[in-house]
Amino acid sequence: MKRFADLFAQLDQTTRITPKVAALAAYFQDAPEDDRLWTIALLSGRRPKRTVTTTLLRTWAAERAGIPLWLFEESYPIVGDLAETIALVLPPATRGSDRSLTDWIGVIRGLSALDEDARKTAILSAWNSLGPLERFLFNKLITGGFRMGVSQKLMTRALSQATGIDEAELAHRLMGDWTPETTSFDALVLTHDPAADLSKPYPFYLAYQLDDPPEDHGSPGDWHAEWKWDGIRGQLVIRGGQHFVWSRGEELMTDRFPELAAARDFLPDGTVIDGEILAWGDGAPLPFNALQKRIGRKTVPKSLLRDAPVIVKAYDLLEWQGEDIRARPFADRRALLDRLVGALPPEAPVRLSPLIAFDCWDALAATRATSRDKGAEGVMLKHRASPYLSGRKKGDWWKWKVDPLTIDAVMIYAQQGHGRRANLFTDFTFAVHDGDALVPFTKAYSGLTDAEFRKITAWVKKNTLERYGPVRAVKPEHVFEIAFEGIQESPRHKSGVALRFPRMSRWRHDKPVEEANTLEDLRAMLAAYGQGGKVGVDAVTPQETD
Amino acid sequence: MARDPVLTFTDRGIYCPAGDFFVDPWRPVDRALITHGHADHARPDHRRYMATPAAAPVMRFRLGDIAIDTLPYGETRRIGGADVSFHPAGHVPGSAQIRIEVAGEVWVVSGDYKIEPDGLCEPFEPVRCHAFITECTFGLPVFSWAPQAQVMAEIDGWWRACAAEGNTAVIGAYALGKAQRILANVDTSIGPILTHGAIENTNEVLRAQGIALPDTIRVTPEMDPKDHPGALVIATPSALGTPWMRRFGPVSTGFASGWMRLRGVRRRRAADRGFVLSDHVDWDGVNSAIAETGAERVFVTHGYTSIFRRWLEDQGYDARIVETEFTGESLDDPDPQQETAQ
Ligand SMILES: [Zn+2]
Ligand SMILES: [Zn+2]
Repeated sequence: MKRFADLFAQLDQTTRITPKVAALAAYFQDAPEDDRLWTIALLSGRRPKRTVTTTLLRTWAAERAGIPLWLFEESYPIVGDLAETIALVLPPATRGSDRSLTDWIGVIRGLSALDEDARKTAILSAWNSLGPLERFLFNKLITGGFRMGVSQKLMTRALSQATGIDEAELAHRLMGDWTPETTSFDALVLTHDPAADLSKPYPFYLAYQLDDPPEDHGSPGDWHAEWKWDGIRGQLVIRGGQHFVWSRGEELMTDRFPELAAARDFLPDGTVIDGEILAWGDGAPLPFNALQKRIGRKTVPKSLLRDAPVIVKAYDLLEWQGEDIRARPFADRRALLDRLVGALPPEAPVRLSPLIAFDCWDALAATRATSRDKGAEGVMLKHRASPYLSGRKKGDWWKWKVDPLTIDAVMIYAQQGHGRRANLFTDFTFAVHDGDALVPFTKAYSGLTDAEFRKITAWVKKNTLERYGPVRAVKPEHVFEIAFEGIQESPRHKSGVALRFPRMSRWRHDKPVEEANTLEDLRAMLAAYGQGGKVGVDAVTPQETD
Repeated sequence: MARDPVLTFTDRGIYCPAGDFFVDPWRPVDRALITHGHADHARPDHRRYMATPAAAPVMRFRLGDIAIDTLPYGETRRIGGADVSFHPAGHVPGSAQIRIEVAGEVWVVSGDYKIEPDGLCEPFEPVRCHAFITECTFGLPVFSWAPQAQVMAEIDGWWRACAAEGNTAVIGAYALGKAQRILANVDTSIGPILTHGAIENTNEVLRAQGIALPDTIRVTPEMDPKDHPGALVIATPSALGTPWMRRFGPVSTGFASGWMRLRGVRRRRAADRGFVLSDHVDWDGVNSAIAETGAERVFVTHGYTSIFRRWLEDQGYDARIVETEFTGESLDDPDPQQETAQ
């Protein structure tokens, strides 16, 4: 574990990319092969099965630290990370250990065969033989959610440096349904046979937001445009008589969307489609919370299948007749997609995402302005000649989202942040005027700069009116512009509305509290934009959808 | 009739009715007893100040021509109906806990303090009392400090590696206290030490009062850092990442603070290295300090006050929160007095 901890420290100690990649490349050359494989797994979101509940871990850690459980629980949100909190409260280890990363993972996996007392003994003994950083990593292996400050892209680059294998090729090899238990470093990375894994998707091509005018990108005739749907970006893989559904986050979601199995009846083997998974009804997307309900369920009750059926809106064709066609121009792939999907009957769960015809950029801008009515969040621009690249790249594809909705609101409650922002106030509740009263209608956490967070933190400390546990009521003195992507009716909320993806877009130093918006304004927005059927619940984890 | 408490808590600060004075008040008052020279404790515009002789020069430097009366550690002065004395707090040079006795009842205001001797300031001394007003900036069990020697060895190791790779090591530290603590404890054989102007100003004040510090070179527009290869630069926190740093060429940045104990904060700060080094007490320190006072009543200020109060109540103390305008160990907010002192 020491070698792995060294690597982690090197990655953690710099914010610069070059030294990170160099540290990782060195590790891929000199670490034990099993450890390399596990490191690739961890950096691509795979982890050992959880064999101890976090409840037990917390209890044992508090006990070992000699503090009451409530104090542990109060400390955890401030640190923001359970594995780290445990590592920090424990007394220093009294022994050392030379076991490798893979060995320790073996210990963790072995816990499932033990009874609770034996598990506890094993965990306490591990804590007592690991240094501070190793102990944190050990806890991370148990609790999951590994973040090492290295994206999969950088990891792939480092692996490419270490092995001499092309980066895009490696990205493809590392995709799919493998675990370190089912493969080896050699089989996965070095002597890879793509046919061995029928489920394997292609690396997703992701677009940047278009910030400059589209005129800067040449003639409209060189570009295709289509709706940017607000669902889950995914790939539908059909091979060997089976189908697989992958999310952009490389999560295998086949079982969550059983209705997509019918795609096999309409599409031949050797087909891979890039599209958007949407809850769909009456020719339009259902509100996003319909899809949220589906995402949360591993098995789907019949009622939900009926109320929130999903389809795939097909954007692109990546594999055709068993052949990888990503290098062909978009216009050609799109024509093949049209032939494959365009004429399917309505009962097929795959539909073509239509292209938007436009002959000048102004016309497209006008169409884009109607996105909300369509239930889309904007349009996508794709160059006719563009190959299907891997990862987020500039130039050939752009997302051109509609501007967010905004409202000016008064800050009334503040709460301290977690983790990175443990010593700052970052979580705020905002209100609009309703006669003499201020009615809270949304929370927001993001959008300010660090400097602004520091400033508001100092202000909150001096302007607290009352405390309710961790929440402080503050003087209604500051107005913020709140930007959001959608609005919908919500009986659960005092204000009667819920916003989608609210964030602080501007601190309105120029606006006195009296000039903030009113509940009436908010209701007018609900009337204007609430019917589009596109909005959902607040407080959901933003699902990046491009 | 119930007696007045020895100290009361007002919107100007901590007040002693028997002696008609304040301790570290944040609004102008007639008489202010000051625990130490940090900006959140020693504020401008009081009519009369009292502090230790070692704290006075920095206060004069920062607050200008103030009327300041000094009282050495351990000596008692009668003010009205109160007996007052100063005792080492181990926080920064000259820092004190203030002991106030009225009719046999003793209260102590800790100011900011730490337990471990740092080789720079007068080591902390516990003072017995009935009521203790303590800071709890790091009053959570996740905060515990490694011995200073270990942290200094980490800093030395980093500096040495930077020097070997041809990078300049730039460490961010408070201008009063942390900067000199690093200065007094690093291995000066590794290379020369350059200092930001605000820090060097404080160094000059401390040297003039007889505190021994290693030689340093002030960073000025005229100096050429290339003349000092392998240097360690001690900068104010707010200078990190600003154009001021460009003159040093390729740098590695470090930051020394108790907050560096938290990985999340360390990452947000975006320095290459975080060193866990604080001039405030850690969890074990604050608990042992409270126990050693023998106090039954404890008032907690700056930090995780509501959690720490609950913990103290669990331990059988009569514990309360005092709202103050002290800022504790702030990571980002520059000490405004220091920043203008360039
Ligand atoms: Zn201080
Ligand atoms: Zn303080």
